[in-house]
Amino acid sequence: MKVPMTEYLRLDLDAEQWECRVCDHVIGTASKSYKEGMLVHNRDPREIHPPIIDPEKYRFTFSPDPDWVRILEYYCPHCGTQVETEYAVPGHPPLHDMQPDLPALRAQWAKREELKDAVVGPAVTADKGHGH
Amino acid sequence: MSEMNTPVAAKVPSPEEVALIKKFLNDTTLFLGPDPEIMQNHDLMPRSEVEDECMRKVGDAHTIAKIRDRIQAGCDEGYEMVEQMGAAPGAKWGDVITGVYSASGDLAIASAGGVLIFSALVHHPIKFIIKNWVNDPTVGVKEGDGFIHNDSRYGNVHNTDQSMILPIFHEGKLVCWVASTVHEGENGAIEPGGMPSMAESPCDEGLKMCPFKVVENYQIKRDILTFLQNSVREPKLQYEDMKVKLFACLRIKQRIEETLNTDGPAALISTLRTTMENVRAEVKRRVSEWPDMTVRTYIIQDSTLRENCVVKINCQLTKTGDRLIFDFRGSSPEFTNRATNTIVAGLKGMLAQVFLCYVWPDLPRGQAAFAPIEVITDPHSIVNCSYDAPNSQSLMSIFTGFTAGQHAVAKFLYSCPEKYTKVHAPTFNMINTFIWGGVSQHGETLGNLCADLNGMGAGATVDRDGEHALAPIFATMADIGEQELNEEEVPFLQLVSKKMTRDAIAPGKYRGGQGYTMMVATKDSEQWGFMTVCQGAKFPPLQGLFGGYACGSYPLCKVKGVDVYDVLMNEPEKFKHSIEEIMNEQPFEGASYTTHHMGMGFEISKRGELFMISQGAGAGYGDLLERDPAGVIRDIEEGLMSPGVAERLYKVKFDPTTLAINHEATAAARDAERKARIARGVPYAEFIKTWNKPTPPSHLAYFGCWGDDVSKLYMGSPDKFRDANSPRPNYMPHPKDVRIAELESRLVALGAMGGEKQ
Ligand SMILES: [Zn+2]
Repeated sequence: MKVPMTEYLRLDLDAEQWECRVCDHVIGTASKSYKEGMLVHNRDPREIHPPIIDPEKYRFTFSPDPDWVRILEYYCPHCGTQVETEYAVPGHPPLHDMQPDLPALRAQWAKREELKDAVVGPAVTADKGHGH
Repeated sequence: MSEMNTPVAAKVPSPEEVALIKKFLNDTTLFLGPDPEIMQNHDLMPRSEVEDECMRKVGDAHTIAKIRDRIQAGCDEGYEMVEQMGAAPGAKWGDVITGVYSASGDLAIASAGGVLIFSALVHHPIKFIIKNWVNDPTVGVKEGDGFIHNDSRYGNVHNTDQSMILPIFHEGKLVCWVASTVHEGENGAIEPGGMPSMAESPCDEGLKMCPFKVVENYQIKRDILTFLQNSVREPKLQYEDMKVKLFACLRIKQRIEETLNTDGPAALISTLRTTMENVRAEVKRRVSEWPDMTVRTYIIQDSTLRENCVVKINCQLTKTGDRLIFDFRGSSPEFTNRATNTIVAGLKGMLAQVFLCYVWPDLPRGQAAFAPIEVITDPHSIVNCSYDAPNSQSLMSIFTGFTAGQHAVAKFLYSCPEKYTKVHAPTFNMINTFIWGGVSQHGETLGNLCADLNGMGAGATVDRDGEHALAPIFATMADIGEQELNEEEVPFLQLVSKKMTRDAIAPGKYRGGQGYTMMVATKDSEQWGFMTVCQGAKFPPLQGLFGGYACGSYPLCKVKGVDVYDVLMNEPEKFKHSIEEIMNEQPFEGASYTTHHMGMGFEISKRGELFMISQGAGAGYGDLLERDPAGVIRDIEEGLMSPGVAERLYKVKFDPTTLAINHEATAAARDAERKARIARGVPYAEFIKTWNKPTPPSHLAYFGCWGDDVSKLYMGSPDKFRDANSPRPNYMPHPKDVRIAELESRLVALGAMGGEKQ
């Protein structure tokens, strides 16, 4: 049984592995963080959130302060998809952000149909009004 | 009185003695302060015997649905009344709510519109009234009484919100309560507008109304009213809105009485209780459909509103079976003399909004939806502060706590086959607006804020961009209001408003909704000023989702030494309509142009000086290289992003004049970027060797746990910390003293202290 867990990550509940949903690359064991199978880039936040006002003139520019925050970008090592980002205090250990309970998930999905894609969920639509 | 206060002696007292001691202590309590027994509990009260009996008598689902709809309609009617008649700016844009509470004080049914968190937290003051005033011969709770409340240590979010609470009787018996709550603004605090960031103790925060009686025989008591008016800057508003809330409550009472007359009290009581129990059970069922998992995230507050520092909101969310547990241990210690702390009830109320606004909006709005969800915090932390700590800016902590919850919940929802909404990246969470006060052009003393705080950019969803400046995270159906109407009453103009701030982006496969620029300048008063109360000028207060980016950061810009009204009159071509142009081109000669963090204490302004901010963007969703190139071009066309930034980030190739997309070149550029990522990315194990540090960096004043060790809370530097379970005072020096010390040390280094004696 395989379960899509995020936009880019899939869990193989039987093999207990994280997989990339874009390229099917096996990222690593599901008993550890998927991040351990990723490539990481320490991004200067000014590159993503460009200064809107002149950094030569001003202390605050609309760009995050690179001495205060870095963006950790996690890439699939096989296809280069950016699987996750983490706005981190410099030096703060990356979070083990998703730690599934595999036996519980297997039991839960034993009663369900396998899904190739995640359910999108309902859109907000205008009500037809009250009727009797 | 808690059990811990029972004296411990060599001889263990018998149960009778313990009961006697407890009775003695209760009878001789000198001060009925905030009650932890009430304030720490957010679950429903146990089903009472009366409720049990009523549920046995009336259990028919159709009858209950009919009565629930009637009560709901009554709440909506009360809500409309407050919104239409309320004097507070907050009332006009929907920072209002009405609700019906069970006889034990639980919120059973709330109005469909408005700020649900208000009413979700009014059960605490009602429970205080039940516990302390019902049987107190000097107070009592009688037909025709009404109680007022605003002190968040006894319930609700912050003391700018005032509630009117009425008991409803039927044939002499209390059957339920109704209440109406409004964000009133002014409350007599150290700064105007009701949300002082300068408050260094609860005594700086203005009116602190524990629940007390202000209405008898359905009449507001004039002596108490006068005292309240005398304690705030807007006496007329205080009176007007107390009346409005009272009449809204009376209208709901009328609707309840109609139900009592047609269906009897058992049907009403059964409806209230059944609704809550059904919602609670349904929430347990829905949670059990989530994957069993632990998700971790953190959100950084980059200021106390007085100084910049790094304040962690740490969140671990665990789902196991039908239990959902928010663990906020490891979050920053409380600040002894800063106003950004929250009472834990406020945090819980705001977390409830994650579910009721964004995850299960189909559930009846009430207290039950969050009742079974568990919350763990450290004592005396920024998310569970003591009653001695100021909390008038609790929004900072409840909003960042909300975002941590929203971010964590999204990672559970993605795989759920059963969904009630789409998976959603965090929505912007700061109230980027101007609080204002002073004397108006009509000679009135005022203190309140611009409704623009409600224009938070929405997070992107699984298949759609976030909407711009949509709605606040605490009220998905609130309004931004009409600034032009407001300008008839206040002596300033929003010279630029509702214009999107270009390049203040949150990129992703689906980008976050953006925010707009606000430029204000005082015109017709010499006694008028502004304040801003937001974080996020250095460190974004969001996280992105599934490879999407968060928002950037948002500063405050000031232009002084200019009267822009003169400029507009005499040289209108010099005026520019974006922060980017005004700050970079500096078009007004002789003016000073400065930038600041978003915690501006109340500052008197001069005619024509510019104060400029931007609303924030919601977070992006997914890898930006997957964004439809047409969406990128649309963003350029709509002025959300400049062409250069679009091309550099999204790797879209287009004709600079026609904006026609070159799809082949775009695909090639994106492939090249994916290869470049693989080339520059470092394997995780290798990366953490140089990245991970054992303590917070010494160049940052860091508050909270570091990494996974939640037992040690840092307090501003790597060598100052506390044990998570052992509270310690956490005082911040006055920012001006810090600045003076810096400058003096420079003078000393220069030998320029002029021989001043020490
Ligand atoms: Zn891949």
